[in-house]
Amino acid sequence: MRTLVLGLGNILLRDEGVGVRVVEALVERYVLPTEVEVVDGGTAGMDLLNTLADCDHLLICDAVRISERPGSVVKLADAQVPALFQTRCSPHQLGLSDLLAVLTLTGEAPATLTLIGIVPADLGLGLELSPEVAAAVEPAVEHLVAELRGFGYSLRPKHSRPSESCARTVWGSTSLP
Amino acid sequence: MTRISIDPITRIEGHLRIDCEVENGKVSRAWSSGQMWRGIEIILQGRDPRDAWVFAQRICGVCTTVHAIVSVRAVENALDLEVPLNAQYIRNLIITAHGIHDHIVHFYQLAALDWVDIVSALSADPAAAAKLGASLSDYRRNGVQEIRQIQDKLKAFVGTGQLGVFASGYWGHPAMKLPPEVNLLAATHYFHALEYQRIANRIVAILGGKTPHIQNLAVGGVANPINPDSQSTLTLERLFAIKAEIDKLGEFVNQAMIPDVAAVGALYADWTQYGAGVTDYLSVPDLPLDTKGTRFELPGGYIAKGDLATFKPITSYQDGYFRDGVKESVKHAWYQYKSGDQARHPYEGQTHPQPTDFHDNGKYSWIKAPGFHGQRAQVGPLANVLAMVAAGHEPTQRHLNRVLTMASSVAGSKIPVEALHSTIGRIAARAVRCAVLLEALQNQWQLLINNIAKGDFDTFNRPVFPKGEVRGFGYHEAPRGVLSHWTVIEDGKIKNYQAVVPSTWNAGPRDDADAPGPYEAALLDNPVANPEQPLEVLRTIHSFDPCIACAVHLMDTERQTSVRVQAI
Repeated sequence: MRTLVLGLGNILLRDEGVGVRVVEALVERYVLPTEVEVVDGGTAGMDLLNTLADCDHLLICDAVRISERPGSVVKLADAQVPALFQTRCSPHQLGLSDLLAVLTLTGEAPATLTLIGIVPADLGLGLELSPEVAAAVEPAVEHLVAELRGFGYSLRPKHSRPSESCARTVWGSTSLP
Repeated sequence: MTRISIDPITRIEGHLRIDCEVENGKVSRAWSSGQMWRGIEIILQGRDPRDAWVFAQRICGVCTTVHAIVSVRAVENALDLEVPLNAQYIRNLIITAHGIHDHIVHFYQLAALDWVDIVSALSADPAAAAKLGASLSDYRRNGVQEIRQIQDKLKAFVGTGQLGVFASGYWGHPAMKLPPEVNLLAATHYFHALEYQRIANRIVAILGGKTPHIQNLAVGGVANPINPDSQSTLTLERLFAIKAEIDKLGEFVNQAMIPDVAAVGALYADWTQYGAGVTDYLSVPDLPLDTKGTRFELPGGYIAKGDLATFKPITSYQDGYFRDGVKESVKHAWYQYKSGDQARHPYEGQTHPQPTDFHDNGKYSWIKAPGFHGQRAQVGPLANVLAMVAAGHEPTQRHLNRVLTMASSVAGSKIPVEALHSTIGRIAARAVRCAVLLEALQNQWQLLINNIAKGDFDTFNRPVFPKGEVRGFGYHEAPRGVLSHWTVIEDGKIKNYQAVVPSTWNAGPRDDADAPGPYEAALLDNPVANPEQPLEVLRTIHSFDPCIACAVHLMDTERQTSVRVQAI
């Protein structure tokens, strides 16, 4: 059984990148079984076809524009997900619904599809999440963990306390403010 | 007079709006407008130049790799830093495989649906399609069984009522002219293309560590340690795995894609009369063969007024003709230059937004308007193919001749090189370039193997940043054309950073002299049979392979949820 956890969004546009930040936090905080693959998909389209093909469970994390309070975390499943991306409630142009349609064509679509969505507050230029959305990272990670455990995986926390610097770990190097 | 507004143009990355005035069934005036604002330049100011590529590859979801490569080239240029041969070859393999992936996706998944009627393919006779396929090439997957299977799949998919990827096509439009068996053959290869573009992408992933965001770059080289004996490094085993993937790609590009493009082009030969637009062409040389970037596998340069005899090559990473030739105008773009509105060189470039309403004769786009020595220039595979032909590049001449000969034979009359200055010519040139890239990929692979065999394992030279100010530019002949990044570095920190991207060259608005950009010029005199279904406009725009997520940037979050075509 292969499960893909896919973080989506543009990290240059503050809360737009929250999906990527959440999956980074997941990897930082938990030891994951080898059958669980975590991918920072950015805003890629066709490039993701190889990654998405033939997974049993697809778990997506992304910013979603719905009429809830910024920082709210929502869960959508299966048929609701492509519909959401089709109407572009997701603020970027991933074309994920197109990718899923292609996988249906090629017979490689995931058996289950779950979206953990976070309602953004600020899509302006910048690398930092807004305070309300930054506060939603932890609950979103826990949603992902609950989903993965629901599939029967066992996950072990890496640290007793999560580090606060999820935005810093990606680049590893020098110059984030 | 009818005015058409298409917003956003679909099957592209990013937000592009096209406005046309149509008189007597033809486009008489056109406007290309980027509907998002770009701000990467602002994010990079004050940062460590060694990190710039990591941010730059987030500009666009489609072109992550190309921005990463050009960013490190720009910083290396500022430092006059040489790049070890192995690193050049590994980078060359990555960008070449990426280019092939991109060209395949463009033709089959994006542009073809403007010319190939998927619904018509459902009623075609698989035997007729197989016979047609056999007359075009020896491609082993043109058998009647294979074609019938794919037609059945397609029928089942369309039968569900969810057209998905095919939902935005103008099926049954009077401008769709291919016989059903051609539509079916192309639809079959649409499916195959989905497999082969993934092969190209796997090569990028093996060398780059990950896709969509490669991780192996560094200012000064690459982070792939080479050790033929160690499991954790770039081993011979992995290199030979790449070679096997390259061979599979070759079969598809040469035996399916090239014949498809030639046949579709020949059957739409009337489209060689439309869409020329700006025939000043700019491309840059690529795939450096030495550590300094003075010799390249693929040539590039400037061609004036469509005349190959005027070709002036760009010859190195220090080339002054290129460096001094680029300026960007904001007279018709939603920006303001602090010292008046004259076009500025990217080193002096500014990014101060100044939004207004859409003014036909004033500002109407978030894309700046670049020029080369004062002229608008078209960039992209057509510009590059013409330059390579003018430079006498043998593989390009050979593949171009193949396409023209095949197309002439299908059309029953000779199609000359001049036919390339057109909408269909841009699509044909992209296929030619794809075949050229494939040979280059094989060659670069061999060069890397030979160099490692000599015992050279170097992949990285450490960058050293001086006190004071240095400037550098980097360029790359990306799938959509010339991409350049320009940076001013002061005391080891980025002081200014500007990206002049391919779609800025092509999709830019009018310039300081009110000269239209390539999209705008190419649309003039395009036929439009039905303003409510402006398929012909889409054909010309899609032939450029628009991808404007990096030309502009997301700003307006309250976009409409579906495509709006307005005929006023």
